[in-house]
Amino acid sequence: MKFLLYTTGDNTQPSAPPTPQMIEEVGKFTEETRRAGILLATGGLAPTTTRVRNAGGKLTVTDGPFTETKELTGGFALVEVKTREEAIEWAKRFRKIVGDGDSLVQEVFE
Amino acid sequence: MTGTDTHGAIDAVWRIEAPRLIAGLTRIVRDVGLAEDLAQDALVAALEQWPESGVPDNPGAWLMATAKHRAIDRLRRNERLERKQEELGREIAAQQERAMADLNIPSADDVDDDLLRLIFVSCHPVLAPEARVALTLRLLASLTTEEIARAFLVPVSTIAQRIVRAKRTLTEARVPFEVPSGEDLDARLASVLQVIYLVFNEGYAATAGDDLMRAGLCEDALRLGRILAGLAPNEPEVHGLVALMEIQASRSRARVGPSGEIVLLLDQDRGRWDPLLIHRGLAAL
Repeated sequence: MKFLLYTTGDNTQPSAPPTPQMIEEVGKFTEETRRAGILLATGGLAPTTTRVRNAGGKLTVTDGPFTETKELTGGFALVEVKTREEAIEWAKRFRKIVGDGDSLVQEVFE
Repeated sequence: MTGTDTHGAIDAVWRIEAPRLIAGLTRIVRDVGLAEDLAQDALVAALEQWPESGVPDNPGAWLMATAKHRAIDRLRRNERLERKQEELGREIAAQQERAMADLNIPSADDVDDDLLRLIFVSCHPVLAPEARVALTLRLLASLTTEEIARAFLVPVSTIAQRIVRAKRTLTEARVPFEVPSGEDLDARLASVLQVIYLVFNEGYAATAGDDLMRAGLCEDALRLGRILAGLAPNEPEVHGLVALMEIQASRSRARVGPSGEIVLLLDQDRGRWDPLLIHRGLAAL
């Protein structure tokens, strides 16, 4: 089973920039998932987003938000694991390292 | 957290931690069967305690510490029983000393070495190929005996017997817990790769109507291959096998038509090939 694990930015609560220690720990963790044979792809996510919306056939493109989110750090990982619980366990381990905030775990269908 | 949640979490922790746990324990007790028993003891302790106490911060270390205490208990019990057999006693004392020394937290490299040794032991040529496959899935992919039986379409008792006999054979043959070197290495590595590819093929041969457990064997094999590539990065054959599996797996979606029929390579819709796995396969080369 494949799962997409990703962090969501809470726009009202900008986090502090990651400390060098946290960056190192996240690096170690990423290596651990790679060596566990579960990591298919991973990357960081920039704080800003562009939204493309179709509402009744009318397409709108919205940039942003830009305020207060600059210091948010996010990322995603595509993992291949045996059960949803296993994906959740990896997400918990990641969350313990990066601290407050949300990670979402979503199954990827073939 | 409710009891069911905790059981789900324990199951997940087990899948992640069991191979390293069994590998570390095998180094201490020098017997794969006993190591797995001890690991299972630790799992039972977790199932008893974690629903109450919560999952510990470092569940892997908790399981290892618990299993090591059980190991020492057993060694002491054996020592009492066999006190009069002096020679055996000395052996046990040596084991105990080793066990005590190993209570120190091992470095990440040590853990990797143990895991690699366990893979070589589990795929040892002294075992028949189907025994290697069953034991490897059990010890290194953390599949239960029932899951292995379902995936291979054989009765549970057959797999259970295969695993028990395999462990006994390893003990009787006194297979050393080591990474082979020199001329041995090529033949032994070939045996490991054969096991992984057998698992992969069994999954790849599964058709759409089959139990998902069968198709899951492809993922199990890929995971084992990726782990092995991390442990033995200098072995080109390992990367070759991983590449082959990633690329074959990239076509799984396109191989089966709407009514479950097999679509041959030349007739496949290439747009349905998984570009990520193709990329991963080429990268492994």
